[in-house]
This record gives sequence, structure tokens and C-alpha cells, in this order.
Amino acid sequence: MYSDKVIDHFTNPRNVGEIADANGIGEVGNAKCGDIMRIYLDIEDNVIKDVKFKTFGCGAAVATSSILTEMVMGKTVEEALKISNDAVAEALDGLPPLKMHCSNLAADALQAAIKDYQSKNNHVV
Amino acid sequence: MQRVYMDHSATTPVASEVIEAMLPYFSEKYGNPSSVHSFGREAKVALEEARGQVAALIGANPEEITFTSGGTEADNLAIFGAAAAYTKKGRHLITTAIEHHAVLESFEYLEKNGYELTILPVDAEGIISLAELEKALRPDTILISVMHANNEVGSIQPIAEIGALAKERGIWFHVDAVQSLGKLPIAVQEMHVDLLTVSGHKIYGPKGIGALYARKGVRLDARAFGGGQEKKRRSGTENLPGIVGFGKACELAGAHLAAEAQRLQKLRDQLLQGIIDRIPYVKINGPVGDQRLPNNVNVSIQYVEGESLLLSLDMVGIAASSGSACTSGSLDPSHVLLAMGLPHEIAHGSLRFSLGTQNSAEEVDYVLDHLPQIVERLRVMSPLYDAVKQQSTAK
Repeated sequence: MYSDKVIDHFTNPRNVGEIADANGIGEVGNAKCGDIMRIYLDIEDNVIKDVKFKTFGCGAAVATSSILTEMVMGKTVEEALKISNDAVAEALDGLPPLKMHCSNLAADALQAAIKDYQSKNNHVV
Repeated sequence: MQRVYMDHSATTPVASEVIEAMLPYFSEKYGNPSSVHSFGREAKVALEEARGQVAALIGANPEEITFTSGGTEADNLAIFGAAAAYTKKGRHLITTAIEHHAVLESFEYLEKNGYELTILPVDAEGIISLAELEKALRPDTILISVMHANNEVGSIQPIAEIGALAKERGIWFHVDAVQSLGKLPIAVQEMHVDLLTVSGHKIYGPKGIGALYARKGVRLDARAFGGGQEKKRRSGTENLPGIVGFGKACELAGAHLAAEAQRLQKLRDQLLQGIIDRIPYVKINGPVGDQRLPNNVNVSIQYVEGESLLLSLDMVGIAASSGSACTSGSLDPSHVLLAMGLPHEIAHGSLRFSLGTQNSAEEVDYVLDHLPQIVERLRVMSPLYDAVKQQSTAK
């Protein structure tokens, strides 16, 4: 039911963990629905220098978080904000239909982390 | 890679003796049991022999057995058939919150179409209360349906006591015994059961065959109309290879029941205790001891999600199942675990191992060798586990 890419990212997730002095942290989902994603960002001069994640959830939840970190590494804040949940799913060669809604939240978590960064740095949100 | 199958409550492999018994009925003894000629007669003999084998395993008379396409159809026939036949007597039905969907959805359909339904709650271990059942009984109650043993958590219901109560009040009593057949003794007379559902593929028989026991005297309206087979309750040419296989599987299950139940119970307790000893923050779902199916292990591994556990186990060749939302095909986790009062987040981390004949103590050890690392890897990734670790180091 999962693509090889999903299984690869689930088995060997990239950038798992936390950033101790992250300047943007975003969390979406809740334990009730079975998925929680937390994204940590280290942004310097408007560029994402480092990104890490922690996820509680199914295979799709872990894989979307993992591939998202690869997609945003080194991107500017504006470029990162353009990444959608659909783009994340596409990068994984698709997700089963049911997972498109419940477990495809990685881009939302990224946007929450960027908002957190912007509010801490007195940006207009 | 080693492969360990511990999902026998989902389905079982067909026993070699069963395959052997079935084979002649595909290309050699292929007659239609309704035919007059010798081909038909030999098929009819086999059909009735199998009916006797199924009846013997549950203490019924052969003429009380109706073959169906499986457990789901038998549940549907019992519930819709009895509801339709006794609709003039009353329109109140009783079942429990932890039934299989084949039972629950049948009742919910009837509730939307002119019947009244009481769904009994269960306690934290997944067992109903007789007092609650007694309170729910009404003069217009026509049918009570309670499963013998639960497919997810293995809880065993007090069937004989419920049966005695139903008999005293003159209410028909249906039992879904798909999970208990061949694992627990079943005696429809002593248990006062009027309708009982069984299935072939959970007891090393083929898929696509099941049966409904209906006590002599219980009226059931047909659900399939046609040639009038199975005493007009279930028209359609009989699935003879399946029926012969199911009969053989019942015979084998009866012969090995006591010894196999004892063996499985040992493996069950080895696995359950092993998980508790090796992994922190684990909750056992369902009763411990004699009120649990001998082959069922169900635990919630907190701070991780069930489907992730299943995928990880599958990568080392272990087949299990989970009641997490991701595996139920909906956004909610198992209705059984929720009915037992588990919070959503703990229900999402549930893991079921259901043991069977080919499982050994070595296979249990294989699971116990791999599961702790799998859980640790997923917990390191889990934001929920951070908070727990921080709390425990603060202490």
C-alpha cells in the first residue's frame, strides 16, 4: 500500500531529533487522531540552516516528516512557505487516499514553525 | 529472513489433512448434492457427513446446522432472519459494544428501520455485566446477541449465564463464536444458545465457508431465495469442497482442543510476560488468566502508534495486527478498545498477537528479541515520549 519511498523514509528517517537552540518550533496534530508532528528550525539570514523533526504517528506520518526536512534544508523562508502537503505527498510518489487527510501534515508543521520564527523575530505574520 | 505469523485471529493456514479431504470434491466428486444421480448422491453424503462434523464440535444436532459463506453471512442470517420472523412479537434487540462489525452493523441497520436497539457497555477488561443485561430486558425483546470471545482483546463472556437468563425470559440468544471455536469448549445445550455463528478459516479450514447453528424451533426468515437449499434458509448450490474442508477442520479442532489450548496458553503468557518485562509503559488490554482466549495477546505500547509498530515488525518478518485508526480504515481507533474506556492515544498504540498451531516458544523469543528495539526506535522519534522521559528524570 505504501510506495518504496515511503518505506525508505519510514525505515531510515532523515533529520530525526531536536535542535537545542531552535529559533522556530511548530507542532500540529494531536494524540487523539493518532498523529503529532513537531518541526524544529534553525534559520539564519532568512535561510533554513538546519531542520529536525519528531513525530508520533503511522508510517505515512513519519515519512512525510522525514522527506519534508530534505525538501526545506537550505531553502529561504519564502521558498519553504510555498511547500504544500500535496507537494510532500508527491515527493513520496504518492500516499494511500486515506492518508492524504489524516497523516499528511508535515507542511502544516513547517508553516507553524516558520510562523513561530517570524513572531519571535518581530516579523509581520 | 525468518517469518513469524502471529495473526491467527485474522486467518489461519489450511491444514494439510483439510486440503487432502477437499481435493476429491473439485474434479472427481463434483456432483451437485441436489441431483438424483450417483454424482449427486455422493456429494449429498459428503455434505451430510460434514454437517455432522460441525454439529459435533458444538454439541448440536446435524439438522440444526445451516452452511453459509462465512461468519459474516451467518451473523447476518441470524440477526435479520430472527428479527424478520419475530417482528410481530417485538422489536427490541440487545447486543454489546464490542461485537464484530458483522453483528453491530446488522443491528444498526435494523435500528434505522423500525427496531429498537440496546447496546450494552463493557468493563475495563471487555466483559459485559449480567446485571446490566437483566435491566435492559423488556417484554418486547426478541433477540440478544453476545459474542463468545472477543477477536481483539480475547475477553470471554459469561455465555451460559446469559443463555440461562434468555431462556427464562423466552428470548432468543445468538452467539458469535467465530473466535472461540476450536479454542474453547462450546456446548449449545448446556450454554442455552439458540443461534451460533462459526467460520472455517479461523480453525485451519478454507475461506468462504461458515455455518449458523439454529436450535430446532427457532424460525428464521431466509436472506437468499432460490433453489431452497439448506432448508430454504440459504438457497444456492452448496460450496461442497469448502463444506467438506470445514467439516474436517472441525473434526481436527475437536480432537486437539484441550491439548492445543494448554500449549497456546503457555506461549501466550510467555509472550505477554516477556513484553511487560522488557518494555516500560505497556498496558495489557483485556483480562489476564482464564477469562482470556488462550491464543490472544493484546497490549498498548504507549507513546508509539500501532501502524508504525506493524510496519517495523513486518520488516523483520513478524505478522501482527493493531487497533489503531490507521489499520481500521477510519479516523477512529478500535471500537472495542474505546468501549473498554481506553483513551484514543493509548488505543492507537495497541498491538495484537494471535497465536496458532505452528507457533513455538522459539518464535515467541524471536518476537521478544526484536520488539524492544522497534519500540525504542519509534519512541526516540516520538514527541510524546520526550515529556515522559523529562518527568522521569526530574523524579
